[in-house]
Amino acid sequence: MKLTKLAAIAVATVTAATPVLAELVFPSLSYRTGAYAAGGIPFADGYADYFTMLNERDGGIGGEMTRVIECETGFATDKGVECYESTKGEGALVYQPLSTGITYQLIPKAAADGIPVHSMGYGRTSAANGNVFSHTFNYPANYWNGASLAVNHLLDINDGDISGKSVALIYHNSAYGKEPIRTLEELAEKHGFTLKTLAVDHPGQEQKSQWLQIRRERPDYVLMWGWGVMNQVAIQEAANIKFPMENFIGVWWSGAEIDVLPAGDAADGYKAITFHNVGSDYPIYDDIQKYVIDTGKAAGSGNQLGTVIYNRGLYAAMLATEAVRTAQEIHGVSNITAAMMRDGMEALVITEDKMAAAGMPNFGPSFEVSCENHGGPGTGAVAQWDATAKTWSLISDFGPSDMDIIQPLIDADSAAYAAENNIEPQCD
Amino acid sequence: MFYRESGDFKTTYAKDTQTFPIKLDRVGYYIILAVAFIAIPLLLITDTGGGASYWTNAIFLPFLIWAIAAIGLNILVGYCGQLSLGSGGFMAVGAYASYKLMTSFPDLNILFVVILSGAITAGVGILFGLPSLRIKGFYLAVATLAAQFFLVWLFNKVPWFYNYSASGQISAPTRSFFGFEVTGATASAEAKYLFCLVLLFCVAWVARNLTRGRIGRSWMAIRDMDIAAEIIGVAPLKTKLSAFGVSSFFIGIAGSLFFTVYLGAVEVGEAFGIQKSFLLLFMIIIGGLGSIFGSIIGAAFMVLMPVLLKIILVDQLNWATDIAAHFQFVIVGALIIIFLILEPHGLAQLWRLLKEKLRLWPFPH
Repeated sequence: MKLTKLAAIAVATVTAATPVLAELVFPSLSYRTGAYAAGGIPFADGYADYFTMLNERDGGIGGEMTRVIECETGFATDKGVECYESTKGEGALVYQPLSTGITYQLIPKAAADGIPVHSMGYGRTSAANGNVFSHTFNYPANYWNGASLAVNHLLDINDGDISGKSVALIYHNSAYGKEPIRTLEELAEKHGFTLKTLAVDHPGQEQKSQWLQIRRERPDYVLMWGWGVMNQVAIQEAANIKFPMENFIGVWWSGAEIDVLPAGDAADGYKAITFHNVGSDYPIYDDIQKYVIDTGKAAGSGNQLGTVIYNRGLYAAMLATEAVRTAQEIHGVSNITAAMMRDGMEALVITEDKMAAAGMPNFGPSFEVSCENHGGPGTGAVAQWDATAKTWSLISDFGPSDMDIIQPLIDADSAAYAAENNIEPQCD
Repeated sequence: MFYRESGDFKTTYAKDTQTFPIKLDRVGYYIILAVAFIAIPLLLITDTGGGASYWTNAIFLPFLIWAIAAIGLNILVGYCGQLSLGSGGFMAVGAYASYKLMTSFPDLNILFVVILSGAITAGVGILFGLPSLRIKGFYLAVATLAAQFFLVWLFNKVPWFYNYSASGQISAPTRSFFGFEVTGATASAEAKYLFCLVLLFCVAWVARNLTRGRIGRSWMAIRDMDIAAEIIGVAPLKTKLSAFGVSSFFIGIAGSLFFTVYLGAVEVGEAFGIQKSFLLLFMIIIGGLGSIFGSIIGAAFMVLMPVLLKIILVDQLNWATDIAAHFQFVIVGALIIIFLILEPHGLAQLWRLLKEKLRLWPFPH
């Protein structure tokens, strides 16, 4: 009985998994269900819409049509494995799982299979060391940059002196939320502020005790590493205890419209770090409207345009596209493989001209990826929420993060990984 | 007509007490073993495309590992009648034990790592089984629920368990067994498959024989009526704790394999949360309480059904992934309810009834 069932699935998979050749395949390990769907849906929509637009407008990239394969992970690592295994045979060029847990799993698998992983602003921070992590990229910024940028902002608003101040970190109790702690500890030592960490367990709906603690101890600033439903609850709770919103700063995964809207006017002034620009005032939106929305080819329900996470999906797709173009130039073929894609990502140069040509002028930093540095420049800005206009706007310029603190941490963590897994440095 | 015991003569006591007394059962069993141990590995080796990797990592491994865990829980819940919701936590003990063993003793063979992890989990399981001597039924379920939350909290809280890594994520280094890599990203599909299959076979074989013998009978006596069992001389302390120990041993092995062979990297809250305890409980309820075959078929049902539905809905019918994911919940949930209404004793009972009918076919009373 069991075997007949297996055989039935076998027939089904064989007929289903016939690869279509001569296409650039971008698997999208999305999550449109579960506690993190609020962030998963706009990202997946932005990612898919960008490639749809390229297909409709330019006939793909360099004459090759693109194809996005969506696979629902629900933010669960075991589903992520299933999605990875079922899509990698279709000629997948790059994986962007939008989940730190799944990224951790894919890092060794993808290196063994020769497929690059791009964890943009998430994943394993020390993957910025390309010498050890040959197939993992996390440009243009990582968590530790984010932590440092948040502290830099605190320095800015305190005229460069935050010694004696108290900072609380409220974080998702997972690999993702724990990542910034070590950097913040180092920064606390350097700048003389005290750090208090408060963990929130998955899925993050229950935060009463954490906010009670914040209410009792009255830290000067609260930083947040949250995702999904946790963000909305935290901002609502902060509003409930009347914590001053301008002293509440989220990382870039805790700074979308959907996170602040439920708290209404009370969320006014909430800040978030970002590594790319905000809003929908870019030429690319005209093309998306014309080629994707008006033709009815939008992914999902097509109502996420211009939101922060949708923009991030577009940005991720744009960076992937530029890496494909670079790879096509290097290897002189248009139908590139995953190995060529890796070379393209490693040789990627993003300039203002390229972003402008892609319809996203001044959207992110200009940077160059190299064999040693897979992490990009690590620059970012601070965005603030205006509850009356219902918009995010940048209140600072894109500034650098404290690489004096971060680089030694990256080197130490990647060296530990290299020792555990017997990895030879790939550059030199 | 074909499936019957008449004409199948037993001339020795050993033959009379064998696990599969009916010849057709026996033949079927050997055929399944041959397919599992010879045919499938050969197919995996000869497949050069991505198929072998997909089949192993997405279907076979989760099925084999969950089957081991289901057998473990079934011993406790199905045979000994002690309701437990702590299985996710016990799997986490197995996983973290193997992580600590693998990183502290790099030369230790992976098989011993897995077995030692099971032994450590057995110790933890016995510890958390102690309350079962005083409390029963739903109250015990709540006590084991506490174990679930405590263990997950512990592995999150104490950095020693994850070797002080920045993220709290543990990842399995590459280890080999008789020269074949079975953990890590470069391990071949057939090696991972065979490693888990051998362990499932051993676990099922041990469990089947344990439950047929004195220990199993004392578990069932405690399950059916603990006071009566005590009066006829079954010691509740020894019996209940041995059930907790054996059950946790198997669950620990499953947790260890789940981490080392299947996922390779886990974080405790996500991989071993309360939903895993419920999933395991659903497996044995649907498969059949108090049945080894039921544990395996229940694991197959709960692991394969979502994958099958995904293949049908997304790949064949081209549904949107989110609608398909939501419908999966609906369909799997409906199937569970339908199965339980039609046959409250699980898929194993359906199989038993089918065999009863076959014995009389084609001349029912």
